[in-house]
Amino acid sequence: MATTTVDAHDGHAHAGPKGILGILWSTDHKVIAQLYLWTGMFMALIGGLMAYVFRMQLAFPGKPVPGFGVVSPVEYNALVTNHGTIMIFWVAMPVLIAAFGNFLIPLMIGADDMVFPRINRLSYQVFLLSALIILASLVVEGGGFGGAWTAYPPLSANPQYNLTPLGATLWIIAVALEFVAFLLGGINFIVTLMNARAPGMKAYDIPMVCWMIVLASILFMLSVGPLIAGAVMLLFDQTLGTGFFNPATGGDPILWQHLFWFFGHPEVYVVLLPAVGVTVDIVATFSRRKLFGYRLLLYTAIAIGVLSFFVWAHHQFIAGIDPRMANIFTITTLLISIPVIEMFFVVFATMYGGSIRFTVPMLWALSFLAEFMIGGMTGIYLGSSGADIYLHDTYFVLAHFHYTFFPIAIIGGFAAFTYWFPKMYGKMLDERLGKIHFWGTIVSFNFIFIPLFINGGLGDHRRIFNHQNFPELNTPVFNTLREVATIALVVMLLFQLVFFWNLIKSFRSSAPAPKNPWESNTLEWTADSPPPHGNWPPDQMPVVYRGPYEYGHPDRESDFWPQNVPPAREA
Amino acid sequence: MHFSIPEASSYAGSIDGLILLISVLAGACLLVAEVFFFWLIWRFRARDGVRTQYLDGTEPHIKKWISRPHTLILILDVVVIVAAIRVWVNVKQTLPPSDATVRVIGQQWGWVFQHPGADRQLDSADDVYTTDDLYVENLKTYHFQLQSRDVLHSFSVPVFRIKQDAVPGRTITGWFTPIKAGTFDIQCAEICGIGHGVMGGRIHVQDAAEHAAWIAGNTPTVTQ
Repeated sequence: MATTTVDAHDGHAHAGPKGILGILWSTDHKVIAQLYLWTGMFMALIGGLMAYVFRMQLAFPGKPVPGFGVVSPVEYNALVTNHGTIMIFWVAMPVLIAAFGNFLIPLMIGADDMVFPRINRLSYQVFLLSALIILASLVVEGGGFGGAWTAYPPLSANPQYNLTPLGATLWIIAVALEFVAFLLGGINFIVTLMNARAPGMKAYDIPMVCWMIVLASILFMLSVGPLIAGAVMLLFDQTLGTGFFNPATGGDPILWQHLFWFFGHPEVYVVLLPAVGVTVDIVATFSRRKLFGYRLLLYTAIAIGVLSFFVWAHHQFIAGIDPRMANIFTITTLLISIPVIEMFFVVFATMYGGSIRFTVPMLWALSFLAEFMIGGMTGIYLGSSGADIYLHDTYFVLAHFHYTFFPIAIIGGFAAFTYWFPKMYGKMLDERLGKIHFWGTIVSFNFIFIPLFINGGLGDHRRIFNHQNFPELNTPVFNTLREVATIALVVMLLFQLVFFWNLIKSFRSSAPAPKNPWESNTLEWTADSPPPHGNWPPDQMPVVYRGPYEYGHPDRESDFWPQNVPPAREA
Repeated sequence: MHFSIPEASSYAGSIDGLILLISVLAGACLLVAEVFFFWLIWRFRARDGVRTQYLDGTEPHIKKWISRPHTLILILDVVVIVAAIRVWVNVKQTLPPSDATVRVIGQQWGWVFQHPGADRQLDSADDVYTTDDLYVENLKTYHFQLQSRDVLHSFSVPVFRIKQDAVPGRTITGWFTPIKAGTFDIQCAEICGIGHGVMGGRIHVQDAAEHAAWIAGNTPTVTQ
């Protein structure tokens, strides 16, 4: 089963063009991973700066924003729309799934590359094209699309209503292309994990992060079909004058909402699972504990994936669907709390009895757990139909999903980045700067969104350009809390400078990172840092003898037991 | 500074009660989980000479520590589900007999309200039309017929705790009973284009005499 060797390393990459083209045309999974990583980070910077502009407008309405100027309603809507779109499709997915999936899957399962290296290359090229289109959509005539990341028709379908004929069309094309890129990448992840594992690596010896990225890819493939169809229909409505979502011609605007959320809710778990995988691997390593309940965690992740297909209409309780339907979706939504909490129990149990080392990646992983719990708990309010009537479309919803997506994409991303950085670049990051960056980011994150929970609970609606138009929203309590959130955002963005300084400092230092700085068991730590093309010398491909989490084994003096160490050599 | 907004409809209290129930149950779980989590971090911090325990999570006497909290979570889920559905059925799924019906029409970017006149019948000659201001009588049960002329809008009155999307091509009927006189915000809660941020209205909850006077003073004189 796992003994097949796939010859993905065919050598053509060495003969290809040099320079920037050489990088773009590389089929090496590590190069593609870095392309995804840096593209994702660049887009995160854009998305973060967008948030800066519209948060300034919300806290100080009408005043010129330093570095941007006065924000118009058209610009405001385009900024909030594209902030959401970019952060989910061009940051969370490329960084967590594509970058770390590409980097880790072959290295962690002992393969020399992906099974389909050229499809992998195509995946990034399509992704890059989609990123360029979404950026272009912001500067075309009429401005960027401003109908929210959910793009509900008729607003999104009809240029007469949204007044951004070019922006809206480019937006939907970019999103559809991004889906194509991730379908191509996902196929590769799944096939590689199935077929290219090192000799001896059985299904339950696969590191959890690889499982999670592959489960996420499967979930994505199963859910995205309806939305790709929906995106094409929306594109036709915009450009060809069809009426799939136009009630005047027999269409139905709510159809889009079903297509969108049938994908949109599983999408939350598409990005959650890789972040959980990263967290679990880091927590096990730095707790020096065997992962508690490996199979339990895997089955739980599958259960979450299955359940996530049956909860989508909780986004549509008040959208005009049959009210009786809300009861079913309230039940399924609250029941998903069981497997999600199960995941947390598994991680807690892994920490129990451990010997926790507070490295920078471990701090990120622990904060993922602490913060995501708040995001999960506040979801109970919104999954409960009766409470959602009031809280729907308020800042409470916004704060809730930022307490899920921020831990997933940003905290999970930093956890993975700081953990695998030594392997990627052969250098260590500075721990002290890393801790300053960590605390600055985490504290300011909470100061952004706790005030917004309060505002939302008091009835403050999202996506309103200027609250001064609503007497009840223009009170000292609301305005003070808006200012606190905005100042905290600026502080958080400034703390990212520490991160970039840390990167520069590390790249310029000459001290090489050890092969296995965290004393971890998984296979990527047996390769050189950074791993060469092909990952290991062809005659030294790793062989696996045990699971990935054998820390603190009672028979051994050393507290870790790498997967590739033959049992016979041990005394 | 006060951290609450009025409960101005008959069901506002039940929605707030549900939110309070969730806050207590889920909040308690969150608190316990976070405290336990930080205790774990502190209790099992790396110390010299202390070795990690080796457990893999298949021993039944250890597994029970995971299965038992689950039962508790399941029970709490059921409590919340029952409470949520009870509120939902009352607010959204049932339609109590009405004293009057108003029509609420959303369009880019304002609200049009059609009030019944003195005859209390909608779509008769004495209907009163207004833009952005809705006038209702306190303690009377109203049905509203929600429509849209262009894109999705959402009729939200925070003090009533009511919110309902308006969908072009459909008429969605809902209800409310104001219990507090005064003037409150109507906010559009679904992004509806560049003017979404100005699409506000006001609802005026009036006493019977005041409301009758308003109708009398605004009934169109020209009969159709």
